Amino acid sequence: MPKITFIDHTGEARTVEGETGATVMETAIRHGVPGIDAECGGACACATCHVYVDDAWLAATGTPSSMEEDMLDFAFDVRPNSRLSCQIRVTAEVDGLVVSTPERQA
Amino acid sequence: MLDMSKTAPGADDAITTDALIIGAGPVGLFTVFELGLLDIRAHLIDILPKVGGQCAELYPEKPIYDIPGFPIVTGQGLVDNLMQQIEPFHPTFHLGEMVEGVETLGTPEAPLFKVTTDAGKTFMAKTVLIAAGGGSFQPKKPPIPGIDDYDGSSVFYAVRRMEDFRDRSILIVGGGDSALDWTLNLQPIAKRVTLMHRRDEFRAAPHSVEQMRALVAEGKMDLVLGQVTGLKGEGGNLAGAVCRANDNSTFEVACDRMLPFFGLTMKLGPIADWGLNLAENLIPVDTEKFETSMPGIFAVGDINTYPGKLKLILSGFHEGALAAQKVHRYVYPEKKLLFQYTTSSSSLQKKLGVNA
Repeated sequence: MPKITFIDHTGEARTVEGETGATVMETAIRHGVPGIDAECGGACACATCHVYVDDAWLAATGTPSSMEEDMLDFAFDVRPNSRLSCQIRVTAEVDGLVVSTPERQA
Repeated sequence: MLDMSKTAPGADDAITTDALIIGAGPVGLFTVFELGLLDIRAHLIDILPKVGGQCAELYPEKPIYDIPGFPIVTGQGLVDNLMQQIEPFHPTFHLGEMVEGVETLGTPEAPLFKVTTDAGKTFMAKTVLIAAGGGSFQPKKPPIPGIDDYDGSSVFYAVRRMEDFRDRSILIVGGGDSALDWTLNLQPIAKRVTLMHRRDEFRAAPHSVEQMRALVAEGKMDLVLGQVTGLKGEGGNLAGAVCRANDNSTFEVACDRMLPFFGLTMKLGPIADWGLNLAENLIPVDTEKFETSMPGIFAVGDINTYPGKLKLILSGFHEGALAAQKVHRYVYPEKKLLFQYTTSSSSLQKKLGVNA
């Protein structure tokens, strides 16, 4: 199963195994990874699963849809590598993915 | 985006009701139905200006697949159906209001509560049913260091009185309808309006965006791309915002008022101060009556907790039905409650206005 590493704002890294087809947000919630609130449960409706994708993984994870861009307006400290983790699918292509979580989601 | 502005508090006379439901989401709405079958009329209060709670606010277009009998229904579709279902019981809605205080006046055997809202309304309710879901929708506060120091003096999350912004240098942050609407409404009376957004695309209605761009072209306001990272000022008086441009350079915007519009988040809110036992921001209840630690106050839906609790809409429906049984005992202590089915009971059908 693809491995995903979450780095929290203090720099602590947690590597967990994601199920192919699930989202990165779901993977974080399932493993109790802190730093991701996912208030709306994955409907791309709240911007509380905001992550920064490690530069090496930007190509593999793609770019946000316009709906995701709209929701990112509700996030704080948005950067060029900002994504909502409910919109990133876990696939074999992202095995090893590294994302950082912001200090605060909402 | 929602306009969170409210009407000014008035000295309304107290509204008397048998059941006061806090929260007009799906569970609050269906509880009206279950109470109605038992001849109990309800008033509902919700902080949003519309009914439906999260279903209407967070995912009106998203399909829900686990409502019994509906293989697929959208959030708004479910809300619309519930409104139709409870129509025979004529619930009274008080929207755009937040419950602030709940005071116990009665006894555990004959409860009575005085409930007040931030719009100045007072209710005298025999029973209170909290169906507040994830809490009340409130404006998101950006995590800018020191922002709380300016809260209510220079930084506002809603415009209650436009006059408070006259001749001010206003920084409005956001790209949705609230940000654009207030930009256009305040621009004529402000000293200067600056709209800041993280990108040069806006979610707001295209017409508002065009108007804003025209004002910028005429030099009557400023549009700046970037994000606020810090605030400058003293004693709650804002002097300027430190901002980061998209090329990571830093700049400042002079302003003495800031209006951030970052959407809504759910907060437990004043419920925490009502004297109820709480467990991690949830309200523990029993699973027979879904009553809280205070007799006469019930909690149904996502806001409650008990062993085995599932935050499913269908669980909330069940909880409302059982809570209604105990509400009946408080409201009609002399009456014996007969269990009846809507399919066969002519008395229930009469209440529903069918088969009359």
